[in-house]
Amino acid sequence: MSSITDFRRDFDIFGSGEYVYFDNAATSQRPRQVLDAVSNFYKTTNANPLRGLYDWSMDATKEYEDARKTVADFVGAVSSEEIIFTRNTTESINLVAYSYGLDNVSKGDEIVISVMEHHSNILPWQMVARKNGAKLVYLEPDDEGVISRQEYESKITDRTKIVAIGHVSNVMGITNPVKEITSYAHSKGAVVVVDGAQSAPHMKVDVTDIGCDFFAFSGHKMMAPMGIGALYGRKELLENMSPFLTGGEMIEYVTRQDATYAELPHKFEAGTVNAGDAVGLAEAIRYIEKVGFDRIEEQEKKLTALLMDGLSKMPYIKVYGSKDPTKHCGIVTFTMEGVHPHDMASVLNDDKICIRAGHHCAQPLMQFIGAGSTARASVYFYNTEEEVERFLDRLSSVREVMGYGA
Amino acid sequence: MELKQLYREIVNEHNLHPVHKKSIENPDLVMRGVNPSCGDDITLSLKITDGVISDAGYEGSGCAISQASVDMMVDQIIGRSKEEAIKLAGTFMGMIKGEITDEESIEALDEAAALQDVAHMPARVKCAVLGWHTMQEMLEHPEKAQKN
Repeated sequence: MSSITDFRRDFDIFGSGEYVYFDNAATSQRPRQVLDAVSNFYKTTNANPLRGLYDWSMDATKEYEDARKTVADFVGAVSSEEIIFTRNTTESINLVAYSYGLDNVSKGDEIVISVMEHHSNILPWQMVARKNGAKLVYLEPDDEGVISRQEYESKITDRTKIVAIGHVSNVMGITNPVKEITSYAHSKGAVVVVDGAQSAPHMKVDVTDIGCDFFAFSGHKMMAPMGIGALYGRKELLENMSPFLTGGEMIEYVTRQDATYAELPHKFEAGTVNAGDAVGLAEAIRYIEKVGFDRIEEQEKKLTALLMDGLSKMPYIKVYGSKDPTKHCGIVTFTMEGVHPHDMASVLNDDKICIRAGHHCAQPLMQFIGAGSTARASVYFYNTEEEVERFLDRLSSVREVMGYGA
Repeated sequence: MELKQLYREIVNEHNLHPVHKKSIENPDLVMRGVNPSCGDDITLSLKITDGVISDAGYEGSGCAISQASVDMMVDQIIGRSKEEAIKLAGTFMGMIKGEITDEESIEALDEAAALQDVAHMPARVKCAVLGWHTMQEMLEHPEKAQKN
């Protein structure tokens, strides 16, 4: 059986060992297998899928639809028709907001989201609320990042039409109780949208088990190319929704004044599709399955524990979220007393260490936790204990560089 | 200059022990400058007497580069005419963008010239120019600078 070290060798970008890459929550790296799969698609079967009546186009169509089946199985969808390829999580959520939200939310209704959401799961709902005169209601977590049962049961009501919730917070790293929230929301007649951008790369997702109506995720955070993502949607809902974008290859029949639309899933995939990257996403899924979620979680937990233990020995560091490293999904957000996160990131960059600094596209959460800006180190299974040690060693020198004595 | 050296030799002193981080009495022009993406947030106050900046100060918070840059800037502009200050801002921003590289122009910036190497750090350019951009904006468009 391959070890983490063996898998790491599949990533050319780590070849020199020069850089420590701890910004995996922003985007992951890609193994050679994924890059080769995309390249092979263009080298061997490239043609516009779903259109041509010749071999290459039919082969391209098959590869594209096989990729859809791989994605459907990966998230536990009942059928491939429930998987819409998009560019990323943001586009997936926008599709739901425009095609479902605008048609099903009325004046006086409520949309419930959490204060921990990424902007991509806030702005689409602000748009729906503003256009349709609905109210946006925020779930708030406790200091450990936990949204309690009491919190969601008090805010999800008969007025709630949509609950949109992140599966894993991109700042706190906490896993939200999406299954329980979905069950309660359904009892109140609301539809549930889960933002899976930070969960799909790290844990086995089963949309049927969660019970959610929509599940959005990006390929680029799980080793697939940038520009390919997916939306799972329950078939009955998708069938009754209007198209998001209109144009080529999403139609059944077009006259001068009217058109009827294609069947699912093509109704939601206007224009030439991103088949090359869909093939890359399918390969990334096969790669994840080869590594195995058990091993991914084990390595991430080991690294996170080491990371948080090291940070706890630096009295000037404050870590946000749970004190339990197993509840961080590889994400550790922190601040350093007296040092702005951007200075910290610049100094670490000088030591070839890549971390994120800023508001992480979650400004309402930053306001909620009272931090203008924070630093974030996020690991994936291919990171190593040596890298964590190198990061901690360099981090401990930052205060001195910034003029706070030796 | 290497980044850590820049912090140690120039930036830290102004960031940790700023000379001009304070309010001034009866300012004529007050303007807030913000970098929304990083949270740098300063309010610059200028007192103008007969076309000359007779006093200046700033308040706010942000990264060390933004704070040190505005502290050095205030040091440079007190006692200068509005026109000279606007010209200095143009030189500073040109230097940071890598468009002005001749030593003679850059020397006019005095200590602030030390930030020249920020030109090689695209992610930090906005931090370095925040104060200068704010100053230029309030002098060129005084109607936008709220008066107390």
